[in-house]
Amino acid sequence: PLWCDKVLLRASRRVEIAYFSHSQITRLYSRFHSLDKGENGALSREDFQRIPELAINPLGDRIINAFFPEGEDQVNFRGFMRTLAHFRPVEDNEKSKGHDASEPLNSRNNKLLFAFRLYDLDRDDKISRDELLQVLRMMVGVNISDEQLGSIADRTIQEADTNGDMSISFSEFIKVLEKVDVEQKMSIRFLH
Amino acid sequence: MAVLRRPECLLLTALLLFCWPYSSSALQWDEDLNVELRDADNATAETSLNKQGNQTEHAPATIDTLPIVTWKWHHVEAPYLVALWVLVCWLCKLVFELNHRVTNIFPESGLLILIGFVLGGIVWGADKKATFALQPTTFFYYLLPQIILDAGYCMPNKLFFSNMGAILVYAVIGTCWNAGAVGISLWGCYEGGAMGHLEIGFLQFLLFGSLLSAVDPVAVIAVFEEVHVNEVLFILVFGESLLNDGVTVVLYNVCDAFVSLGAAKINAAEIIKGIISFFVVAFGGALVGVIFAIILCLLTRCTKNIQIIEAGFIFVISYLSYLTAEMLSLSAIMAITFCGVCSQKYINVNMDERSVNTVRYAMKVFANGSETMIFVFLGISAIDPAIWVWNTGFILLTLLFVFVYRIMGVFFLTWFLNKTRLVPVETIEQVIMSYGGLRGGVAYALATVLDPVKIKEKNLMLCTTFLVIYFTVVLQGVTMKPLVKWLKVKRSAQSELKLIEKLNNRTFEHTLCAVEDICGRIGDNWWIRGWNRFEQKWICRYLMKPSARKSQDYLFGVFHQLNLEDAVNYVSEGERRGSLAFMRSEDAASVDFKKKFGTDMSDIMPDIMVNTDFNGLDVSMSSVTRESVPSVSLEIHENDTKNLRNNNDVNVHHLLQQHLYKSRKHHRHKYSRSHFSINQSEDEVQEIFQRTMRSRLESFKSAKMGVAPAKKISKHPQKDRQQKMSNGKSLDKSKAHPYGDEDFEFSDGNSASGGEAATYQTPYATRSGIVNRAFMPEMDTPPTMRTPPWLSQAETDGSVAPSQRAQRSLPWSPSNIRRLAPLRISNRSTDSFIMADVVKPPENPEDRNSRRDET
Repeated sequence: PLWCDKVLLRASRRVEIAYFSHSQITRLYSRFHSLDKGENGALSREDFQRIPELAINPLGDRIINAFFPEGEDQVNFRGFMRTLAHFRPVEDNEKSKGHDASEPLNSRNNKLLFAFRLYDLDRDDKISRDELLQVLRMMVGVNISDEQLGSIADRTIQEADTNGDMSISFSEFIKVLEKVDVEQKMSIRFLH
Repeated sequence: MAVLRRPECLLLTALLLFCWPYSSSALQWDEDLNVELRDADNATAETSLNKQGNQTEHAPATIDTLPIVTWKWHHVEAPYLVALWVLVCWLCKLVFELNHRVTNIFPESGLLILIGFVLGGIVWGADKKATFALQPTTFFYYLLPQIILDAGYCMPNKLFFSNMGAILVYAVIGTCWNAGAVGISLWGCYEGGAMGHLEIGFLQFLLFGSLLSAVDPVAVIAVFEEVHVNEVLFILVFGESLLNDGVTVVLYNVCDAFVSLGAAKINAAEIIKGIISFFVVAFGGALVGVIFAIILCLLTRCTKNIQIIEAGFIFVISYLSYLTAEMLSLSAIMAITFCGVCSQKYINVNMDERSVNTVRYAMKVFANGSETMIFVFLGISAIDPAIWVWNTGFILLTLLFVFVYRIMGVFFLTWFLNKTRLVPVETIEQVIMSYGGLRGGVAYALATVLDPVKIKEKNLMLCTTFLVIYFTVVLQGVTMKPLVKWLKVKRSAQSELKLIEKLNNRTFEHTLCAVEDICGRIGDNWWIRGWNRFEQKWICRYLMKPSARKSQDYLFGVFHQLNLEDAVNYVSEGERRGSLAFMRSEDAASVDFKKKFGTDMSDIMPDIMVNTDFNGLDVSMSSVTRESVPSVSLEIHENDTKNLRNNNDVNVHHLLQQHLYKSRKHHRHKYSRSHFSINQSEDEVQEIFQRTMRSRLESFKSAKMGVAPAKKISKHPQKDRQQKMSNGKSLDKSKAHPYGDEDFEFSDGNSASGGEAATYQTPYATRSGIVNRAFMPEMDTPPTMRTPPWLSQAETDGSVAPSQRAQRSLPWSPSNIRRLAPLRISNRSTDSFIMADVVKPPENPEDRNSRRDET
């Protein structure tokens, strides 16, 4: 119903105004609405899985999962916007201001955390060898053998691992990627 | 100059003395001949031919005895002088580069201009007139093309095209703005009476403004490379200054035409024609370049049998594109730029690796050489009292306007561009960009082309151009580096790319694609995607060698180039570090060596040395010159192990890079908003799709605790497998390695139809109880693969090496491997292919060749 939409929109605007412009919110809301086939104001995994392009994205399901808070299988518009806010480009004034209380969602660290969570399935704040192998297996073709993949995973962990526990903690993850222009590579331009 | 040490001074004086007698004697020989660098063209050729004719006519008449040797200066005069000047210029560079203390502070270009002053002064002192000056024909036909070609050919393509919009805006609008603003402001000041009386009209001012708008890439790029500014800033300045040269020339020609036309005849129609001609000339030039690039690519497709000269084609065809554009009165600079930019990817794939290296080096030699000459002659040409006409108002105002309008233009355009850029250009970068507006050879050459009949104040303009060049190159050049450091411009990360970075870059790309899809918008990279699809489908088919294309289909087409560079960098980097490590641990290594090889090796040492030399292994000079035998071989030994280790690293890098799924960004797939279909030929997409679907089904099933719908599931893996099989086969055939072709097919078929099929459906039943919402890739393990690889392989084909090695060197325990994703059937062919390589050394060379061909 229309009034429901309005309320939702207003609520989200109040919270996420810091991240998106009004027109962006409107646009994203209409997208949210068109994805929401159940018309209950929230998206389920199936709603996301209906997007055809995601099925051919090797990380598609992981990214879908990132939209859902732990233990839930519905995401409302606020949650939807919250996740998308990670991908907003960092702007000059934000960089200097630092967003008084907490870090903004689109800060470098939060972008990295988003990527980190894609690997870290069990949420123990460590990327273990197995978790890394899973992602690698998703991202490479079938023409690479397990043995080769294993050595790749080992090397990758070696590159990042500073304390020798054969896994990558988030701080190690930040450290090893410090030269990567994450702000740029994890940002998309939402239409104004 | 004061810092020069003694040997350098000696060198300098030596070269001065060396060139002195020839130049002066040549001039005294006949004053009017004016044999110069510039006169390598027709006119001189004729005169020198005449001279030759005269001499040969006279010779038989005058001699009365057979001369044993004769002095034939005139035979060789022109080429001799050219060669001599080239030598002198390069020696200048050599002298400066001997001492880095000077070049650290003072940019090389500025130093070369200064030494040009000295040389010019000497010539003038001997001759009392400026005999040697850089002529526009020499500049445009013999010195400039290779610089532009080098820039275009070495252009980082991806960056260039992804920033194309911004670069074009800077190059076209920025240049027009500079030219117009400088011209109009000067005219305004002139009308206001700031420069006294000059015979310059409005159009002439515009012409002058247009010739001064050429930004020279050389000096800025040198500084940028030294301090490693970030790549966006680099490409903006680099691309701008490159295209800007072309635009300037076009603009100059348009203005020149207006001047010839005269103010009276100019009406609206002419102005519109001028604007049209501007775009036609600029983009027509680019088109000529693209056409020649296509010709070049087609040519390199079939140069396999003449590898020795295939590198030469690049130069000849590019030069022809330059001349053709010139002939058609289109922008030659644009032509050669686009020829280089467009062809680089394909010719690098088509040509042999050695030829690619040859081209790169030769291009650097030419470009660097002519750059040096240009700067030296910028100094020499200035020593001519005739051109020095002083007009304080005119000169100072020009300097001011050139400086100010550049800043204004950059800031305004950046402000405009930042509205649409994902990552805005920062203020500091804008400062650097505007400060980097150095003027160079193009401005000078255009100024000398000015027709003194039409432009009465040519000398004033020339002199002002000189001053602008000196001011910008020397002053701004010197202060640029401290400024970059002081402003803390964002540097680019100059590290070897790590595996984890590569992996994450790919992750980021996939993530962005997914988010864009979720947001339901056509992303920023829509054009790039479309282009890639088109390129894969059409361009590669025609412009690439079939062999190169085959590996492209299978591997990462777009990043192939990058891979090669990475590998080369990696090896050289590793070697550098390796030798350093060796230096540190010399004692330990030598002990090791003695233990290992003992004295019996010493008699065959020379052989080793020779061999390694011929293998092209990097035996450093120090090791060769060192007399003692053991140390030589020691280093070789050290080098060898180093190489091995490097190769391993490189292999791992390659492996990952080649097999990571492409994100859609550089991925061709049939795509439409309304209709979703998977292209059958695209294994990768299908593979991911099937995997995703299977896993979804799994989690769906496990969530519902339902019974496994066996029919539906079994369909996928079967299809999958068949596809894989055919894939594997075709792969084997395409590789056409000389051994074991049928063997592999046999084993493929065997393992597919063999024992594994029996265990086919069981795992789903056993696993159906697991609740796992998240996407766990191990769940998509086709049941056939549940058995550890070596077991199944031992059953089916015990004869092939892979199973043995797999057993030997598997680094993890069987419990681990169960969690891993499947070892697919097609692996085995690749796998055993690689391993057979290990087991059968005799076939190595061919094998390696074939693999090199593919990558």
